[in-house]
Amino acid sequence: MTTAAGLRVERWTRNSVIRSSLIGLAVLGLFAAPTVFEPAITQKLTGLWILVLMAAMWNALAGYGGLVSVGQQAFIGIGAYSTIYLTHAGVEGYTAMALAVGITAILAFLTSFVVLRLRGGEFAIAMWVVAEVFRQFVSFDSSVGGGTGISLTALGVYGPDYGRAFTYWWALTAATAALLILFFLLRSRFGAALQAIRDDESAAASLGVRVRSSKRIVFVLTSTGCGAAGAAILANTLFVQPNSIFSVQWTAMMIFMVLVGGLGTFEGPILGALILFLLQNQFGNGGVWYFIGLGASAVLFALFMPRGIWGTITERFDLRLTPIGYWVRGPAPPTARDPGLAQSDEGPPTDPPSEVAQ
Amino acid sequence: MAAGSAVGIVGPNGAGKTTLLDVLAGAQPPTAGSVHFRGTDVTSASAADRCRMGIGRTHQVPRPFVDMTVFENVYVGATAGGRLRGSAAYERCLSVLELSGLLPVANRRAMSLGLLHRKRLELARALAAGPEVLLLDEIGGGLTDAEAEELLETIERLRRQGIAIVWIEHIVHVLVRAVDRLICMDAGRVIADGPPDEVLQDATVIDAYLGKQE
Ligand SMILES: Nc1ncnc2c1ncn2[C@@H]1O[C@H](COP(=O)(O)OP(=O)(O)OP(=O)(O)O)[C@@H](O)[C@H]1O
Ligand SMILES: [Mg+2]
Repeated sequence: MTTAAGLRVERWTRNSVIRSSLIGLAVLGLFAAPTVFEPAITQKLTGLWILVLMAAMWNALAGYGGLVSVGQQAFIGIGAYSTIYLTHAGVEGYTAMALAVGITAILAFLTSFVVLRLRGGEFAIAMWVVAEVFRQFVSFDSSVGGGTGISLTALGVYGPDYGRAFTYWWALTAATAALLILFFLLRSRFGAALQAIRDDESAAASLGVRVRSSKRIVFVLTSTGCGAAGAAILANTLFVQPNSIFSVQWTAMMIFMVLVGGLGTFEGPILGALILFLLQNQFGNGGVWYFIGLGASAVLFALFMPRGIWGTITERFDLRLTPIGYWVRGPAPPTARDPGLAQSDEGPPTDPPSEVAQ
Repeated sequence: MAAGSAVGIVGPNGAGKTTLLDVLAGAQPPTAGSVHFRGTDVTSASAADRCRMGIGRTHQVPRPFVDMTVFENVYVGATAGGRLRGSAAYERCLSVLELSGLLPVANRRAMSLGLLHRKRLELARALAAGPEVLLLDEIGGGLTDAEAEELLETIERLRRQGIAIVWIEHIVHVLVRAVDRLICMDAGRVIADGPPDEVLQDATVIDAYLGKQE
């Protein structure tokens, strides 16, 4: 649109269209990985997309919703165990995984009415309790192996090689879909409200943002994403045990990825997932010292680089790569009065103010 | 308050002016009493809903959304509080940015703004929501004479548009030129209320407020 002063508001710029198209092509290329690499590598890369998915979900929850949860493993476990229950009922493996995501959404919606009454630390702990409740529930159900766990046999019909490839595609699709949904959500009017909540909750409320219901939407969406991650984790390892799938270590990993990458940024968690993936392949996944190392570095980042790697880079260079923002464009060059204007990485700066009364 | 009317509130530090404004805007619950807006009791309405009804406010200590641009800050007001979408939202944003002199910094992240621009952003954001009553908390502090004149002109223009103003300000000589009613508060109570010149002559007011300041 254009005003009398010749101003318009721009969302897609030429640069961001080119950049987004390249990213889209790259993601399409990633879908070819199972045809290129051997199954063991495909399985590892599946793990990477699961990490990306989990990091993006925890980031959206804590970074945009302001909801710091240490119990998101509840939904990872629900996604995995719902898949088991559905396959026992005769549903095909990958369909069961998709339906499990829906079941997670329903349970997350119901849970939200209990936990969203609480604030801050109380909410964080309550989510941990929720995870424990679900863990206990499956631990005592002998039809899914109780505490000793159970194998996912439904994917066996595809054979190990095809199974790995299908699981890879399933996980990559889930991660891509989650990021796309997040992207379009952040680009929408609701996304502006979410970013406002991220920056200052009560100021957002004073401008008409309904904080509670916004948080509920974020909570349900991100918990559903964790359910997808849980189903994919199960499909990638083909075995599930209550103590490990409902373990707080998943949350520890998510917090690490998000804090190192950059809380409340779109790209940061993806970077964090890559870093964790590389660490896992270097030092192995598991062991007490591994988690102590993760925790310590998360704390160090929180203290000394609170915006994470990506947040620090974008602040330093005033970058905004993901086109979720708004740019005011005008025909005239900046006035001498305001030398520091329009420090965007692209395009001309804004119009000077017009003297015309509204 | 009638449309286009303006009330000023003065009082020493800690008199409860900001607290009163918080109660009116729904940021704090009242310990006693109720808040009415357009004939209905809105005491139990949330801050967000009161904004949507038409009660806008600024913060004494500006609270910009630091990681969003100035335009995006205002856009939140236009879309959430003002319920606008598409080009109507853009137009509202551009016009309040122009009115508040923020167009040249529209694409800057709010974290890079100085105090003057942050205060203007408080006003612009509140205006973007399309308020009928605007609650202002010390938006005039630290202004030069010329900037104060500009602010007075802006307020006058808003009143002509029918927006009612409640304005808390320590700079009394600026405030009295903008309002037709002045309230003086001290220690959580109203100690004087009336036309500005009468209130300023009031002995208790001089004692409680002006006397202590000078
Ligand atoms: N009616 C009241 N009764 C008792 N305490 C009150 C009342 N109103 C405000 N207070 C308390 O007084 C303190 C200062 O109030 P407030 O911040 O509103 O002052 P102010 O008038 O805005 O001061 P300043 O000029 O410094 O901004 C707060 O801690 C508040 O809780
Ligand atoms: Mg105050």
